[in-house]
Amino acid sequence: MELGPIWRAILRNKGSYVLIALQIAVTMAIMVNSIAIMQERSSQMGRPSGVDEDNIFTLKSVSFVPDVDKRALIDADLDMLRSTPGVIDAFSSNSFPLRGGGWSMGLQLEPGTGIDGVGTAIYFSDEHAIDTFGTNLLEGENFASDEVTWNDEESSQWPGTAIVSRALADALFPDEEGSVVGKTVYINDDNPVKIVGIVDRLQAPWDGWDNVENSMLVPSRRDSDMVRYIVRTEPGYREELMPQLEEKLAENKDRIIEQVRTMNEVRARSYLGDAAMIKMLSFIVVLLAGITGFGIVGLASFSVSRRTRQIGVRRALGATRTAILRYFMIENFIISGVGIIVGGILAVALNIVMVQAFSLTPLAWYVVPIAMIVLWLVGQAAVAGPARRASNISPAIATRSV
Amino acid sequence: MLRYYFKLGALSIRANPALSALMVAAIAIGIGACMTMMTIRYIMSGNPISEKSDQLFYVQVDNWDPSEPYDEPNEPPVQLTYLDATALHGAAKASRQVISFMSMRVVEPHGEDAKPSQIEARATTTDFFSMFNVPFAFGSGWDKSSDDTNDRVVVLGQAMNQQLFGGEDSVGEMITLNGESYRVSGVLDYWSPVPLFYDLNNNPYNEPAQIFLPFSVAIAGEHDRSGNTSCWKPIGDGGRAALLASECISYQMWVELHSDAEKQDYLQFLDDYVTEQKTLGRFPRPLNNRLNDVEEWMEYNEVVDEDVGVLFGLAILFLLVCLLNTIGLLLAKVLRRAKDTSLRRALGASKSALFTQYFVEASLIGVGGGLLGIFMTWLGLRGIENLFNEFDFIDKLVRMDWVMMLAAVALAIVSALAAALYPTWRACNVTPATQLRIQ
Repeated sequence: MELGPIWRAILRNKGSYVLIALQIAVTMAIMVNSIAIMQERSSQMGRPSGVDEDNIFTLKSVSFVPDVDKRALIDADLDMLRSTPGVIDAFSSNSFPLRGGGWSMGLQLEPGTGIDGVGTAIYFSDEHAIDTFGTNLLEGENFASDEVTWNDEESSQWPGTAIVSRALADALFPDEEGSVVGKTVYINDDNPVKIVGIVDRLQAPWDGWDNVENSMLVPSRRDSDMVRYIVRTEPGYREELMPQLEEKLAENKDRIIEQVRTMNEVRARSYLGDAAMIKMLSFIVVLLAGITGFGIVGLASFSVSRRTRQIGVRRALGATRTAILRYFMIENFIISGVGIIVGGILAVALNIVMVQAFSLTPLAWYVVPIAMIVLWLVGQAAVAGPARRASNISPAIATRSV
Repeated sequence: MLRYYFKLGALSIRANPALSALMVAAIAIGIGACMTMMTIRYIMSGNPISEKSDQLFYVQVDNWDPSEPYDEPNEPPVQLTYLDATALHGAAKASRQVISFMSMRVVEPHGEDAKPSQIEARATTTDFFSMFNVPFAFGSGWDKSSDDTNDRVVVLGQAMNQQLFGGEDSVGEMITLNGESYRVSGVLDYWSPVPLFYDLNNNPYNEPAQIFLPFSVAIAGEHDRSGNTSCWKPIGDGGRAALLASECISYQMWVELHSDAEKQDYLQFLDDYVTEQKTLGRFPRPLNNRLNDVEEWMEYNEVVDEDVGVLFGLAILFLLVCLLNTIGLLLAKVLRRAKDTSLRRALGASKSALFTQYFVEASLIGVGGGLLGIFMTWLGLRGIENLFNEFDFIDKLVRMDWVMMLAAVALAIVSALAAALYPTWRACNVTPATQLRIQ
């Protein structure tokens, strides 16, 4: 191999090669870190909410006339919703997964003040909640309809029972081997709550919360002016039923129906920032690879045209086309090699800086070698064209005076 | 002579159209990416009340749980309890003081087919308007006496007045909110501070409230709070009265203080207040009261989204790659022409003449890239607006003002110079003899 002569030729003309190697290095640092962030975001977006997102829609009802019988209104609405053909079930609550706003409380194993609790989201609900969300009841039992109470909006009364998500049960009783159904925890310092059931998954309303998998259904309904309905339809009926039901509910002029959204829309809104971040970063990565790739093409073309005569001489002295092709490919291989090695170091350094400055997770080690291979391939692909042109230079060029 | 160099430069650029386009595009894209993120960062970290932001202080007192701070390591709660908000406001120890909270109200327009809508209202005290330099189109804020009575008066935002009264002077007119009648005391001019410094507990890029009404009216009318409420201690029985008497925080307070001495006095007053409350069995934590001015409070609340910082950092590196790319290409280009250069040198061209010639050529590329970069910035901002079009507030974050325009021009010039200098310097250092010998 002609490594020696190629290396010495590079050294004679350091300027451009240092620049391109540096460009590849910085490109690599940006790419690796962008990909690390994209990975983090897409794995967050991939977490299931635990509800039947494709068949659920939600809406908000706000009554604004004083002294309206809110309990009767909510009951009438729910009766109407549940009896509509195509609707599987419906219930009223304060919030639902991915909404971005809700109620959270701490649960503790002992009654008393000043005890560290486990944070959880609270969903006020009734016996229809599990069926409406479409989450699986793993253990225990659903609420009985006579267990569900009405409470004032400002009430500090807590019902004595709850259904919790699997993650919350595990967080409360990490060492428990058997079932935790029937165990009692305490809310609000000393109100006992007995766990009567466990669902396999039900996320809290905040996608960025540390305890996002912790949630709790309580058999209590609140009669506030503002209430949210969660409606689950038979597959395929949602798009048709959603506007119809909105119209039907809006017939009552003493209230406003707002934020009628499918669960898919709720998810898209919740993760809008993450999705946008992924789009912007992939745009940056593609542009970068393009600019660096074309930059290599340009440099190689200049380099070929500058050395036309020398190539002709080499061809005249017996070098084969493959030898010429190989020369340029190896030259690029060496420059890219220097670039991606420096780039690997830069990428890790940049990652360390970014993890310290921002709340990012460190990059996975395998991203670095993958990015190295990709950039090396981009370099080889970019240089292939100019190198082929070089190999086609006729030996007769050598005899001409350029 | 310069004209001739421009002609030469243009010719040389046209000789390699694809590569010249690549160089211009690389600079343009790099500047576009950088300026897009810089613009958003600049708007997010803006100070909408710079004329007096060092005189406005956000009040925090630490009524939290004795066993753990509100936030690590030892941060006091970010809002006040009803007890403390009203007591501190009532004491009136600062030259101006404002307490407030956010709630949602349903506006019922007059007329048969007009649909009611739910909008954000701010329950506050009348100093709000003078303290935050809120501009009025008609009328004024309510009288100070209405802060303590139950007068249902209201100040409308410009958009609300447009919607309800077609933008006419509506002072003295009545409007209906959740079935209650309010008299309009004033109408605001256009007012949309970014970030919304007076309430950083909610989205700092939201539009300000369109309805302002007295704090006392909202409390008496049992208006729901739609901001955050956090509690560390169980609320006793007794419905709303118990909630108001609880240790739950949901109210915000600002004071206006004109000197450091006034600030020290006010801190002393807060300490005295808390010490007195301790004798009543409240405030179990050590004294930990805070006054942050607007800038400090925005910093504390990290109003600049973290992703913007990440993207800004990456965009700067991106620009670096684009510049390296253009420098490398320009360098390769002048080196290829080393023969012409040495010929010209041998024929007597001075270094400075060559420098001028190549610099003109490189600058053409740089300036082209810079100009296109400003367009790319505009394009980038439109792209981001599009990505976030679900959010009403996004259009406020993607506006280019003249400061950012100038910054874009400056960055374009600096980038162009940076890209042009090194290759030009290399070009004029070609020695006359060596290149000719080969011939």
